[in-house]
Amino acid sequence: MGHRAWFDRGRPIGGAPGARLVRAGRGEWRAIAEDFAAAGARLLALWGQGGEAGEPTVFAAYDAAHGLLIAALGCGAGDDSSSEYPGLQDLFPFAARMQRAVRDLVGLRASAMDPRPWLRHGDGGDYPFVRVAGDGVHEIPVGPVHAGIIEPGHFRFSVVGEKVLRLEQRLGYAHKDIERRFREFDALEGHRLAARVSGDSAVAYAWAYCQALEGASKHEIPPRAAWLRALALELERIENHLGDLGALGNDAGFAFGLTQFSRLKEQVLRASETALGQRYLLDAVAPGGMRVDLSRSGAAVLADTVTAVAAESIELRSIYDEHAGLRDRFAGAGTVTPELAARLGLTGLAGRASGQAQDLRIDRPWAPYDRLGPAKCGATGGDVAARVEQRFEELAESCRLVGRILEGLPAGESIAPPPACEDGFGVGLVEGWRGPVLVALSIGEAGRIRFCHPHDPSWQNWPVLEHAIIGNIVPDFPLINKSFNLSYSGHDL
Amino acid sequence: MRPIDWFTQALAVAVALAAAPLFLGWVNQCRAWLQNRRAASLWQPYLGLRKLLHKDPVIAREASPLFRAAPYVVFAAMLAAAAVIPSMGTRLPMGAAADAIVLVGLFATARVFLALAAMDVGTPFGTLGARREMMVGFLAEPALLMVVFVASLISATTALPVISEHLALRPLELSPSLAFTGVAFTMVLLAENARIPIDNPATHLELTMIHEAMVLEYSGRHLALMEFAASLKLLNYACIGFALFLPWGSATGRSGPLALALALPALGAKLALAGAALATIETVSAKLRVFRAPEFLATAFLLAVLGMLVHLLLGD
Repeated sequence: MGHRAWFDRGRPIGGAPGARLVRAGRGEWRAIAEDFAAAGARLLALWGQGGEAGEPTVFAAYDAAHGLLIAALGCGAGDDSSSEYPGLQDLFPFAARMQRAVRDLVGLRASAMDPRPWLRHGDGGDYPFVRVAGDGVHEIPVGPVHAGIIEPGHFRFSVVGEKVLRLEQRLGYAHKDIERRFREFDALEGHRLAARVSGDSAVAYAWAYCQALEGASKHEIPPRAAWLRALALELERIENHLGDLGALGNDAGFAFGLTQFSRLKEQVLRASETALGQRYLLDAVAPGGMRVDLSRSGAAVLADTVTAVAAESIELRSIYDEHAGLRDRFAGAGTVTPELAARLGLTGLAGRASGQAQDLRIDRPWAPYDRLGPAKCGATGGDVAARVEQRFEELAESCRLVGRILEGLPAGESIAPPPACEDGFGVGLVEGWRGPVLVALSIGEAGRIRFCHPHDPSWQNWPVLEHAIIGNIVPDFPLINKSFNLSYSGHDL
Repeated sequence: MRPIDWFTQALAVAVALAAAPLFLGWVNQCRAWLQNRRAASLWQPYLGLRKLLHKDPVIAREASPLFRAAPYVVFAAMLAAAAVIPSMGTRLPMGAAADAIVLVGLFATARVFLALAAMDVGTPFGTLGARREMMVGFLAEPALLMVVFVASLISATTALPVISEHLALRPLELSPSLAFTGVAFTMVLLAENARIPIDNPATHLELTMIHEAMVLEYSGRHLALMEFAASLKLLNYACIGFALFLPWGSATGRSGPLALALALPALGAKLALAGAALATIETVSAKLRVFRAPEFLATAFLLAVLGMLVHLLLGD
C-alpha cells in the first residue's frame, strides 16, 4: 500500500490544509510508518494521549507533499504486552526521544525503546550516559546551570584534548507538564498558554493553536485576520533572525555584530509596540482572528522600520561576509551534510541550510501565504556559515513579505470570534521561524480542552546537534549550538 | 640612590595600583563606544572590586591551601613586576634587583599558580582553562623573551630601566628592528592578557573561556584580587611596551622632580592612546579558533626574530 492510499483511507480533519486522520490497527501502525519512510516523507511529531481523555492513544503526524496525515493507534488498557506499541525509531531516528517522552508523560511504551527516562527526572538514580572508552578520552559535563543566563540543558562531551568524540544531551529540566495545564483551560482560552510554550515562537504557536481550534469548530476567519497573523509571524521571524545573527557574531567574539543587530531588533520591537501594542506579540493572535488591528499610521511605522532594517541588514551582511575572522569561525563548523540531514529528519531553518528545502509556507501554503508567494531560500553547506546565510536570506525575504502584506492588507474585520465548540478535533501546522510548529487539539464537553499537544521543531533538531559537533573542537560548541538555537522550553513541555 | 629615586619607585607602584582598574575601565569604555553602545563609567572596575571585597568568598570543600594562596601570589607577582617596570622614571632602586628576564619569570610564576589553582578544585572548566592557558603561555613566553632580547641587543643590557633610558636618550630615528618587535609585542600582549582574538574577557560561554575559566571558582576577595591582578598585568604589559617603544616622557637620568611631575601626564596620555588602540583591535577582530592561537603566537615569535635579524644585519 503506497502512502497516498493512507490519505484516501483517512477522514479529513479541520485546521491545517489537507490534514487527515487515520485510525490505525495494531498491525497498520508500522505499515504506515514504513510507507511514509519509503516515500521520503517526514515524521513531524509523535505524541500520546493518556487514559483521562478516553482510550490511551499514540499519534504520529506525517508530512508528505500533498498533506498532513495523522495516524492514531489505540493502545487499550489491556494486558502488559498489548500496551506496548511498535516503535518507529529505526525508521525515523528522532522518534526515539518522543517515544521516551510519551512513556514519561502517558505511560505508553514502544517496543525496543531506550529504557532511560527523558522528560521526568524525578525517578532518582544516576542517568546512565553512554561512556566512550579509549586512551586519553575524558568527559566534560556542562550545565544545566551555565555561566550565562540561558535555558537549562545538560551536555556531556567525551573529548580527546579539544576534539569532541561524542556529545550526549540530557534535556527535560524545563519540564512543566504543559499538556496537563492545557486541560485546565477552555478551548477558547488555550491560545494564551500556547503562545507561552516557547516564548520566541509565540505567534507560531498561537496561530497553530487557533488554526486547530478554528478547524475543529469549522470556523472561517476574516481575510484581514489571516493577513494580520502572517504579518505577526513574519515580524517574529525577523526579530528572531536579527537576534540570532547578532548573537552568532558575539559568540565568535565579534561584539560589534551583537550591538548592531540588537539595535535593529529593538527598532522592530518598538515598531511592533507602536503598531500592534506589544513588543513581543504574545497575545496578538486570538481565536477567530487577531486581538489587535492595524491602523494606517501603524502600518506606515512598520513599513518604514522594516524597509530600514532590510537596508541595514544588507550592509551588515557584507561586513559579516567580508570579515576574515568571522568567516574562519563560521565556515566548516558544525557541518550537517544534506544526506545526514535527510536521514535524521533535520527540519526548519537548520534543515533548509542543509539542503532540506522544505517550507510549509511554500510547499502547502495556507491563507494568506497562497497569495503572498514567499520565495524559498536554501543553502546546502550545512555548516554554521550556511545557517548564518540562511538567516540573512530569510530575513530579507520576510522583510519583503511584510511589505507585501502591508500593501495588500484586505479591509474588513480583524476578528470574528468562533462559536463555542463541543467535541471536536483539529490540528494546526504553521511554519515558525525555527521550523514547523504543530498543535493537535481535542475539545471535549462544555468547550473544555480534552487534550492538547504542542510540538516544537526542536524535537527533530536537538538530536542532529549531537552529530553536528562530532569532530569539532569543544570551544566551537557554543557557536554551533547558537547556529541551531533550539528551544528547551518547547521541547521539555 | 637619591631620595627622589626612592620616591620615583614608590610613585611607580602607587600609580600602577591606582591606574590599573582605571585603564581597564578606559579600554572597556572605548570598546563600548566603538560598538555604538553607551559605556559604563570609567570607575566601573573599582566598583566591581569594592563589591567583591564586601562579599564573603565561597570556597569549594575540596580546595587545598594552594587555592586560597594563589590569589595573593598572583597579585604579589604583578605588584613586584610593577615595581621594576620604568613607567614614570628610569631610576628605579628596585630595577637593579630584577632584569627583564626575571620580569618574564614573574609573569610565568603568576601563570603557574593560576593554572595550579584552577586545577586544584577539580572542576572540568578549571582544568580546561588551565590547559589552554599553558598552551598560550608556552608560546607567548619565548616571543616575549625574543622581544626583550632585541631591545637588550640595542642597549647592551637586560635591565629594563637602563634599556628604556638608552632608547629614550638616543637620537630619534625610525628603527626597523623595533618596528618588527613592536608588532610582535602587541600580539603577545593580546594573548597574555586574555584579549580578543585569543580570548574574550566579556564572554559567558564557559566552553570557550581561557582566563575566565580558571577563575570561575573564585569569589569574594579572592576574585577581587584575581581581577585586580589581571588589570595590573594589562597595565604592566602596556608599561613594558611604553618603556621599549615609546620611552619618551618618563623621567630619565639625573633629572629632578619637574621631570617626574611631567612623567605622570605623559603616562596618562600614553595609556589613553594605548587603551583606544587596544579597544580598536578588539572591536575589529573576531576571536580565533583555539587552535589558531599557536599560529598567531608563532607569527609573533617570527616577527621578533625578524626584528633581531634586522638589528644584527643593519646594526640599527
